[in-house]
Amino acid sequence: MTRFETTGPRRSAFGQGISRSPSPVVATVVPHASILVASMLVLLPIIASAPVMPPVGFMMMLAWRLVRPGLLPVWAGALLGAFDDLFSGQPFGFGIMTWSMSMLIVEGIEARFPWRGFFQDWLVSGVIVASYLIVAAFLAGGQHIGAHLVAIVPQLLLSVLMFPIFSLMVSALDRFRLRPIRATS
Amino acid sequence: MVPPSNRRGGYSRRAQYSVFTGYMLAAIGALVGAILLVVSLIHPAAFSGLRGVASDLGAPVGKAGAAGRAGTQKTINTVSGFIRMGTQNAKLREENEIARVRLAEAKAVAQENKRLKALLGLDDGDLKPVARARLIGSTASSTRRFAYLSAGSSDGVKPGMPVRSARGLVGRVLETGADSARVLLLTDTESLVPVRRAKDNVVAFAEGRADGTLRLRLVNLGINPLRKGDVFVTSGAGGLFQPGTAVAVVTSVTRDGAIANLLSDPTSTDFVVVEPIWQPEAQALVSGKPLVSTQDGPAR
Repeated sequence: MTRFETTGPRRSAFGQGISRSPSPVVATVVPHASILVASMLVLLPIIASAPVMPPVGFMMMLAWRLVRPGLLPVWAGALLGAFDDLFSGQPFGFGIMTWSMSMLIVEGIEARFPWRGFFQDWLVSGVIVASYLIVAAFLAGGQHIGAHLVAIVPQLLLSVLMFPIFSLMVSALDRFRLRPIRATS
Repeated sequence: MVPPSNRRGGYSRRAQYSVFTGYMLAAIGALVGAILLVVSLIHPAAFSGLRGVASDLGAPVGKAGAAGRAGTQKTINTVSGFIRMGTQNAKLREENEIARVRLAEAKAVAQENKRLKALLGLDDGDLKPVARARLIGSTASSTRRFAYLSAGSSDGVKPGMPVRSARGLVGRVLETGADSARVLLLTDTESLVPVRRAKDNVVAFAEGRADGTLRLRLVNLGINPLRKGDVFVTSGAGGLFQPGTAVAVVTSVTRDGAIANLLSDPTSTDFVVVEPIWQPEAQALVSGKPLVSTQDGPAR
């Protein structure tokens, strides 16, 4: 917990921390904004002729949920998923359903195994992302589901392996989110 | 690490209620999502207005990114071209000589074609493109293959219009926003394009396989005449796509057709052209209007 270490009388690890507190606006906006931006990353100039990119928005939400439990409310999946549906190319409603269900599933797993470490988080996210992608292939609304399933294999492996990177990004954003920038009176 | 135990609200009635409400809202969210999903699977065009607004919103970012992509590719090409300069130069010179001869021949053929058409009384002018635009993004994480285009209904783009690059067909417009449009790429599994072999008239359907390749299905079954390296162009059947636009080249032959690679790979496509629908009757069919309202056909 480096957050509370101080390197001097007026300095913490985050600069001039004394009589400062994190801004509540930044603290709530950063997690949600990072997920929304991640959902919009499909507008990046990668024109793919096959599905190659991990579901970035979904993985970002999952990472926030697993790395920082108790921050996103259980019902946040519905709204964030609706936004993702506007860009993802899946039929509208897919994100609303699967993101809400994932939030409920993580909640259930957490109630069952409250003490958990990084590798358990990785396992949970891997299983959830893999099933998300397979369900996505079935409910994408195209023809030839078999072709879809073959096409997602590289993307699936990449997505499972990317969780540590997402959790690192989330913890960096979390430190940024809780920087003491507001003067307390 | 143990999670904060805000799950149990302790003795506070209010905290207990708010936890319960959270679970209820999440469950209702999942249910509403499922209903919306069924609706949009049955009517894929439902909610297209919402998506149009959203992609309009993101279009400026995508445009900036697309310019950056073109720049990066140019740099990489410059560097790799520098390394292979000598051999490539000789090869290109040779190709250029051949191409010049072929061009002269093609001009003669075009002349003859024009003369013969005039003789038959066929009026077949070139279609004037509706808009020039950039591909600004694609649904890279979904198995559906859509791309976003930086031109929309305010530029005259309408659903059904073919989208092509200098190398060949890219796809067709599916939904339009004001300044952006959603394009169904050829590799999507819903995409089906009538094609014919460029050198003769072996007709086939090119359907997407979601993994970047196309499956060519021959219309006339029998002995499979396809060979590796055969080029396929649009046949014009159905009236959407102008005949003669390059589509794909065969990479491997299967029992009832072939697997083909796209000629105009959207990954390396910078600018694309939106063309009007070839036959106005097909436009009426696509937009679901009766056949009489065909005044917005192609400029001839």
